[in-house]
Amino acid sequence: MSSTTSGGNQQDWTKPSAMAIPKGGVFKDKVEQGRYGPIFPKTPACYGFSILAKIIPGSEERFYEYARNVEKAVAGQPDCLAVLKLHYLRWVLFQIKGDTYFMYQGIFDTDFDKYTEDAVALFGATGLKTVFENLEGFPKDWQTNAPAFIKFVREHQCPSFLEYGEYPYVSADEIKKALKLKAAFSNMLDQMQ
Amino acid sequence: MLELDDIQYILLMRVPALTGRYEFLSFRNATGGRAWLSGIREKVQSAADARASLEKEKRWVTVALTWNGLRALGVDETSLATFPEEFKQGMVARAEMLGDTGPNHPDNWVGGLASPGLHAIVILFAGDEAERERCVMEHNKFISQCKDVEVLSSLDLQAVPPFIYAHDHFGYRDRLSQPVIEGSGEVPTPGSGAPLKPGEFILGYPDETGPPVNLPQPEILSRNGSYMAYRRLQEHVGMFRDFLRQNAQTVEEQELLAAKLMGRWRSGAPLVLSPDKDDQQLAADPQRNNAFNYKEMDPQGYAVPLGSHARRMNPRDTAANMNRRRLIRRGATYGPYLPEDAAEDGAERGIAAFVICASLIRQFEFAQNVWANDRNFHELGNERDPIIGNQDGTLEYKIPKRPIRKKITGLPAFTTVRGGAYFFLPGIKALHYLATLGDVR
Repeated sequence: MSSTTSGGNQQDWTKPSAMAIPKGGVFKDKVEQGRYGPIFPKTPACYGFSILAKIIPGSEERFYEYARNVEKAVAGQPDCLAVLKLHYLRWVLFQIKGDTYFMYQGIFDTDFDKYTEDAVALFGATGLKTVFENLEGFPKDWQTNAPAFIKFVREHQCPSFLEYGEYPYVSADEIKKALKLKAAFSNMLDQMQ
Repeated sequence: MLELDDIQYILLMRVPALTGRYEFLSFRNATGGRAWLSGIREKVQSAADARASLEKEKRWVTVALTWNGLRALGVDETSLATFPEEFKQGMVARAEMLGDTGPNHPDNWVGGLASPGLHAIVILFAGDEAERERCVMEHNKFISQCKDVEVLSSLDLQAVPPFIYAHDHFGYRDRLSQPVIEGSGEVPTPGSGAPLKPGEFILGYPDETGPPVNLPQPEILSRNGSYMAYRRLQEHVGMFRDFLRQNAQTVEEQELLAAKLMGRWRSGAPLVLSPDKDDQQLAADPQRNNAFNYKEMDPQGYAVPLGSHARRMNPRDTAANMNRRRLIRRGATYGPYLPEDAAEDGAERGIAAFVICASLIRQFEFAQNVWANDRNFHELGNERDPIIGNQDGTLEYKIPKRPIRKKITGLPAFTTVRGGAYFFLPGIKALHYLATLGDVR
């Protein structure tokens, strides 16, 4: 029952797990270096980010327009975000003392450092653009300057201090494989009637 | 239009060399370094030169510099600061991310390559042994006159017999899949994809996303230049052959296992097109030997395991953004040939290769960090590249097969990194600019 592999370690997906994360978001004694800096650790809730930034005043409506565009793009081409190896994304707007802030949270199966240029290319190529353009301090030349995009993301990343997984370390592909197997078995049983 | 008379030949062509030598140099001061560069500069061939003289030429020379080398020549701090961060840091500082840990760590490198005093490399390729000797003597004589230039180390290159086609000490045929640059006049072989925009490999030209941006300054220095990642990779031939014998019964099964690690038979024939037996004619036919993909032709990896070297280094239609990850490979083998029936003799042998690209972080480092060393590439869970990945004996290698896959556990390291460096490969005019930096302009 417990055969999920993750990063070389056998992880027991049947056993829910929580991980307390030190200040700064990394375990200092085993921090892994990526191409653009230290990599935030994989937790029972897989990899992820929480990016928080202030929006350019008056640009709020563009976030709602962006939401409609993303909905349309994914409906039109359901695998258009496949390269990002995602589980879930959440986009949130909230107020602090009259200013509007934006929070972008993602949960995915590969550390952000690895495929980050692919993400930049994806936002540029699909016409999705990025809602980040409406954030204060976001580099205007992001489409041709992946390092500047990545620097912004890293500077606005708020690492978790605690993460929990009900079925820890399981990848989206493994979940999809399991559901396909289940469907195949159901189909097989139907055929046996 | 490519400025062929300003681009160093190595970027655009392979030459018919069977031997050669790399010299790794350090400059004691800027004047000494520039004097050496002034002298060697006229020996360096542009792509136009090398093309025009290919029939009669017997030696080809390339010069490249580290970031410390540019500084040592007297490039000012303002200009130095415009180079990309990863090049400034150098390969040693990037070691952990590149997987250069354990026996591969820069502490164990040879030839002074991990030293901040490494400033320049001269790459000599020669048609035959006599020509190499002549060039080495000539350069030694020249160096003896440059008292402020120190030779940190040299490495003699030697093709591995039989010389019918290029291959490494393990016996794998090389040079089968290379990107083609738009405007180079080359025609891609079937399966190699459309020509790529020159800016993917040569600074100053449009790349796959548009016009050139963020180039090192001044323009004269960066234009027609590129970056080269050097890797000296020792190949443990005795161990490799023992591994094949221990994990496969017959000679045929050993060949198949070798092919499964690479993704091609040692002859070069692609497993996708000939999964069950070797095919020498297919291997030698450029119209067919690269004409395959993975997504449609081998999605599960029954022919080419998902983690094999070729599938990791060029995932073809199974990776996003491929046109921005391509690499030009050059280089040669070094060390004595170990005959097939001979026992391991302990001599160092391997490949000394260059990866040429316009962005080390986006192209070379991505390939090394993600494709070679991501244990979870293609959801493999506990694997790295079986040939060049960082193997510490704890990882596995899975070979998909019906009804059940074969899993090899405790894969040994068949290669060890013995050195490496990041070089800037200037254009011909930039070499002149650097050689005359101290002069009044």
